[in-house]
Amino acid sequence: MTDMLSITGLSKRYNDGQVALENVSFDVKEGEILALLGPNGAGKTTLISAVCGLVVPTAGQVTVGGFDTRSNYRLARSLIGLVPQEIALEPFEKVINTVRFSRGLFGKSPNDDQIEIVLRQLSLWDKKDSKILQLSGGMKRRVLIAKALAHEPRVLFLDEPSAGVDVELRRDMWKLVSDLKSQGVTIILTTHYIEEAEAIADRVGVISKGKLILLEEKKALMKRMGRKKVEISLQSPIAVIPAKLQNFDLYLSDDGLTINYLYDAKASSNEITKLLNEISISNLQISDLKTSQSSLEEIFISLIEEPSK
Amino acid sequence: MNFRSIRAIYIFEMSRFFRTLLQSFVSPVISTCLYFVVFGAAIGGRIDAVDGVSYGAFIVPGLIMFSVMTQAVSNASFGIYFPKFIGTIYEVLSAPVNFLEIVIGYVGAAASKALFIGLVILATSLFFVDIEIIHPFIMIFLLLVTCISFSLLGFILGIWANNFEQLQLVPLLIITPLVFLGGSFYSISMLPKFWQVVSLFNPVVYLISGFRWAFYNNSDVSITASLFAIIIFTVFCIFIIFLIFKTGWRLRP
Ligand SMILES: Nc1ncnc2c1ncn2[C@@H]1O[C@H](COP(=O)(O)OP(=O)(O)O)[C@@H](O)[C@H]1O
Ligand SMILES: [Mg+2]
Repeated sequence: MTDMLSITGLSKRYNDGQVALENVSFDVKEGEILALLGPNGAGKTTLISAVCGLVVPTAGQVTVGGFDTRSNYRLARSLIGLVPQEIALEPFEKVINTVRFSRGLFGKSPNDDQIEIVLRQLSLWDKKDSKILQLSGGMKRRVLIAKALAHEPRVLFLDEPSAGVDVELRRDMWKLVSDLKSQGVTIILTTHYIEEAEAIADRVGVISKGKLILLEEKKALMKRMGRKKVEISLQSPIAVIPAKLQNFDLYLSDDGLTINYLYDAKASSNEITKLLNEISISNLQISDLKTSQSSLEEIFISLIEEPSK
Repeated sequence: MNFRSIRAIYIFEMSRFFRTLLQSFVSPVISTCLYFVVFGAAIGGRIDAVDGVSYGAFIVPGLIMFSVMTQAVSNASFGIYFPKFIGTIYEVLSAPVNFLEIVIGYVGAAASKALFIGLVILATSLFFVDIEIIHPFIMIFLLLVTCISFSLLGFILGIWANNFEQLQLVPLLIITPLVFLGGSFYSISMLPKFWQVVSLFNPVVYLISGFRWAFYNNSDVSITASLFAIIIFTVFCIFIIFLIFKTGWRLRP
């Protein structure tokens, strides 16, 4: 697959001296879903704005579909759909007219069939003649998405699409994202909801203080960073962990009924077998066994808290 | 040139105008009637004909110019300031359009609205006075170019303004006096010599004078000077807008 988005050495320093992006480089393949995680002020919106032409980069190069976003901005931008973080809509205009406007603005011929498809996709069809100011916040966000899709973009940027939306809209949006992916649309979304990245992304990038500190396949990231935990429940409580088990990284719950074993997901499963053997040799009766894997959230927090490598 | 984008911007901007069509139509009609009552009937009765044109007919070109200029500036400045203010400008700035297409869309819409108002005033005036237009093509040309150039000026103002006060103060403090003192309601030759000279530094004088010449074939300054002035002004505004988009000033941080 080819790279749909390619960012090289992108930096942005605002006029007030604020450095919002520092030498960010990465590529996104066609049809891929990339989630960019990062705390507020990390530079996520600036990154998207620099790609979409809303912010003039201080340095660096961006290509979309192989077209440079500065020297060949017409071709590059016509491939992009942008759903901004903040809701910005003309309050007195009808829903369908704002969506038609977006399509025309991006140079596409009028096509009400396509507009209808998009509005239906976002459950907006029965609201098509409503004025924007009559819509709820969630509906407005749907309109923003409809506007971004009106010109059939090949790359979709969603800037914090889940901020302040209800569960239903979030679920609809996740479905939409996977539908778009199946049509080969490349999607870059920013979020600080880890479940969102975990649920829909193929790859996850983490931005902190303007730097891309990590970019990895979601699964590989989970595997690499994810520590697994085995909880071993005992039939009767013990006061201390038997000496024979001291070689393992274990800790005992306060009630003495559960032994927790933390281990690296990469490590061989041999270790667990050994541990279980030692436990039975020590004459401890196991009543239950549970394993769990740390979520992206835990990984993310550990990354942000440690100063970047 | 991306005509679909221009068309989209133009139609979207005009729809705001059509939403308030009645108001857009009624207010110039009423104000024109008021001007004729005050200047034409009440005061005009005591003023002699100016260069052989009755005072009521004399003020028509000035009245049209006065409204067209102020309306063009306020429509165009609001037209671009409002999307900036509510944030919808992001879409235009991220669209595959160049500066000229954006300007044609927005300025074209503002100029169309100003033109409409100018024509409404002209039509209303016909109910009060007899009007002859000796040079109709020059008249139409000047009217169009004035609509466009003052919309360009308003567009610059709308991009520059950081808040609503600035948006309203500049027209009030700069443009309205220039237009008022530009000979809308009098001939420069009626002024004392000193003020006649001062008036020649007011660019609006050239427009109104030229426009009046198109109607009645008499003017304060030569028609060539008028045409020259308006074209220089238009080109200047386009150049400023070109620089604004080139540098991203007030639009792209
Ligand atoms: N127009 C601007 N002018 C100056 N600083 C800005 C501007 N926009 C954003 N910033 C600053 O740049 C940094 C990154 O902001 P942003 O890209 O919005 O982060 P995020 O989207 O990750 O929350 C922040 O410190 C923010 O204050
Ligand atoms: Mg943001």
